[in-house]
Amino acid sequence: MKQFQGQTLSWDVANGVIELALHREPCNEIGALTTEELEQFVAELGALSREAHALIIYSALKSGFCAGADLRELYRRIQQIGRVEVAKEIRSYLGRIHHVMNAIDSCPLTTIAAVHGVVFGGGFELALTCDLMIADRMARFCFPELRLGLIPGFGGIPRLKRDLGNSVVRDLLLTGRSFNATKAQQIGLVSQVVAEGEALRAARATATQIAKFDRSTAIAAKKFIKPIPYQELQREIDIFCELFAQPAVEAGLKKFVESSDAQPYLP
Amino acid sequence: MPIANQTLDEILDLAASHFKVPREKLSPDEDFFKALGIDSLQTLDLLTKLENHFHVELPDYELQGVSDFRTLAGKIQARL
Repeated sequence: MKQFQGQTLSWDVANGVIELALHREPCNEIGALTTEELEQFVAELGALSREAHALIIYSALKSGFCAGADLRELYRRIQQIGRVEVAKEIRSYLGRIHHVMNAIDSCPLTTIAAVHGVVFGGGFELALTCDLMIADRMARFCFPELRLGLIPGFGGIPRLKRDLGNSVVRDLLLTGRSFNATKAQQIGLVSQVVAEGEALRAARATATQIAKFDRSTAIAAKKFIKPIPYQELQREIDIFCELFAQPAVEAGLKKFVESSDAQPYLP
Repeated sequence: MPIANQTLDEILDLAASHFKVPREKLSPDEDFFKALGIDSLQTLDLLTKLENHFHVELPDYELQGVSDFRTLAGKIQARL
């Protein structure tokens, strides 16, 4: 399927470039429907990859790239069936979302995340699956999970540790602070910082450059330099599930969902 | 630490221009959430805009409880 128009995302292939656009209001929160459509995308990725050399992931929404997991949906689910039952579902869900993230991470394309605005939690983790990150100068990154009594669960820690240093992971994870695109470039997370509204254009220009190289060489280079940290990813799922079983998580979710604070993202 | 008027003025100018609010309607001791009519995501936008303008890094936990332009200017000035 060269083209797809879903409720939360769409994709299209043109000139050898797959463009995956996220468009679920308010800020591409990843819930059940987004996960299903991401699964559809990775199921097609093998076929799409045969006629493409690059993949660009971006958000069509002004608010940002992605605010992460849909916490309101998660909280509603806990209210419906209880925390203990949701905890049982979580491991299966994490297996599904890790399958999506690993498929994008390891696909035989050069992948680019073109990000702007909010790049938080699961959204940050989705961007981290890409080979290159190009950021609008108004992009902002954060792992706010500790305020909920959790760690990032979509593979963020092992991927950030793979790409940067352990000290960067500790800073982001343990303080829960957000940082801007300039800082992200300074620490080596982002390869290009561009003017407001220019990330997608810059990503397309980069994809055009990538097309000049022999595909099999690019695939071999990527495979050599970007191993998937499977063991750590599995450990992350285990730790996430252990933490999710604690009552602190429901309390953290309740606080976030019911907050009328103007800064609910702050720890 | 006394707040430099220039820092405060630049913050007010930036906020007015970014959120398209008349500059004369903003005053230093006003609650910027109310004055600008902004939500939490837009507050992050303001933070990023200010960091880019002043070339500072301002951890967002330092802004917890900060809601007026004058205190915000003090936080920025402490990092200049």
